[in-house]
Amino acid sequence: MNTRVASGRGITIPESDVNFLKLVKPAVFVACLLPFFMVVAGVFGNKFVDPIESLLLMTGEWGLRFLLLTLCITPLQITFKWPWIARLRGMIGLFAFFYATLHLSIWVVLDQRLNLGDVVNAVIEKPFITVGILAWLGLLPLALTSNRFSVVRLGRKWKKLHSVVYLLTLLVVVHYIWQVKASEVLEPLAYLGVLALLLLWRFARLIKRDQAS
Amino acid sequence: MVSKIRSSEITPESVFRQRRMILQAAGLGLGAVGATALLPERAGAATSDFGGKKVVEWTASTSEPQTSFEQATTYNNFYELGTDKGDPVKNADKLVTEPWTVEVGGECEKGGMYALEDILKPHAFEERVYRLRCVEAWSMVIPWVGFPLGDLLKRFEPNSNAKYVEFKTLLDPANLPGQKFPVLQWPYVEGLRIDEAMHPLTLMAVGLYGKELPGQSGAPLRLVVPWKYGFKSIKSIVSINFTEKQPDTSWNLSAPREYGFYSNVNPQVSHPRWSQAKERRLDADSSGFGALFAEKRDTEMFNGYAEDVAGLYTDLDLTRNF
Repeated sequence: MNTRVASGRGITIPESDVNFLKLVKPAVFVACLLPFFMVVAGVFGNKFVDPIESLLLMTGEWGLRFLLLTLCITPLQITFKWPWIARLRGMIGLFAFFYATLHLSIWVVLDQRLNLGDVVNAVIEKPFITVGILAWLGLLPLALTSNRFSVVRLGRKWKKLHSVVYLLTLLVVVHYIWQVKASEVLEPLAYLGVLALLLLWRFARLIKRDQAS
Repeated sequence: MVSKIRSSEITPESVFRQRRMILQAAGLGLGAVGATALLPERAGAATSDFGGKKVVEWTASTSEPQTSFEQATTYNNFYELGTDKGDPVKNADKLVTEPWTVEVGGECEKGGMYALEDILKPHAFEERVYRLRCVEAWSMVIPWVGFPLGDLLKRFEPNSNAKYVEFKTLLDPANLPGQKFPVLQWPYVEGLRIDEAMHPLTLMAVGLYGKELPGQSGAPLRLVVPWKYGFKSIKSIVSINFTEKQPDTSWNLSAPREYGFYSNVNPQVSHPRWSQAKERRLDADSSGFGALFAEKRDTEMFNGYAEDVAGLYTDLDLTRNF
């Protein structure tokens, strides 16, 4: 997989960091695949009593976790002065899309058994599914433009387009909260908290910048 | 916690099943020579010894493939022991079942505190294989050991004001990890209309797969109401209360739009957030890799027990009284 992606646009990184990245990137790539192997091993090891349910839950959760990770990149980069970390954002973002797509495919193919009538009904009738589909459809153009070519071509519009990821992450959290029982709401609420903090950080920076200018 | 090891606990499940098949075959043999008339009503072949009691096989059990003991006891909703389905088996030893007392009260003549032994003593045990349909759209087929709840309730001599029966689960926040969090109203409360409680299908269970109920399955005493969603089958019962008014039940209080008092299995009435038309059967054939490709099955009205129980609800709008 070619992971030369849009992240780090306009950021120059020192020569030592380039070498460092050569090591870090493959390591992060493998780490991002671990949840996938965990899930596959669980299925073959007969670890799940209701495997489809477990697969749906795990892939969905990892999709959301990776989305939140991509949103952490800029704050980390600025707080710790790690310019190189921006070069990982595209890959982590694509992994978020990978898990989201797995999640959706498992639902359509295994859970709904490709019964498109049932799928359409569920999307129309069950709001949490509508929201989930909207989130995936929103992520699709971001994944498709997550490459150098698109960054160059879209210019300023690229950043604008990709800032929609905050809204999409919110949709994913809503999708999650909406389908759990009242008693299980703690975990999705924690993700909502993380998202709120990340947004707060962004707003704080915007205000600071306004005051400076 | 189980203090004594019963012979049935040592018997591996496969041997237990084999034994049952042999006994079933023996039962058929008896029938062939016309000896069935000698057997009491409802009785089949004796299956095993359960705490010194003979367990009689109920003749109306479903012959569908059964859920394995492993599946049925590692995938549980028992929030007192944690909200994750794998939590109850991990925390099962936190449920202290000895000594166990059941408080009986309300609209009845023979209320009071009953030791578990006194509750169980007069009842003959049966093994009944029932379908269990969870409100989360999965189902299992489980061989329970128990006796009809109605036989027990009659002993307390409910009076004419007893329109409902309310049950409560043990409240023990010092030991039960789930009760440290207000995820539901504690103690867990469930209830039945008196005619539902007295229905011959309603079972008071003490075991499954020929073994004593493990903690995660609701030791030492639980309900099994096979035509209702699983959460109605309250676990680890410490209180039985006859009431004139419909009791407030835990899930109904938590989300009244989603979980009605009746909660009869009904494929036509969707849960507000998901359909109840189909279910995923969790049984021995649908584990591991193959389970990924197992087809869901259509959920049946009253979980397939309509013939027995539909008569209870002839005057009730089941869409409004879900």
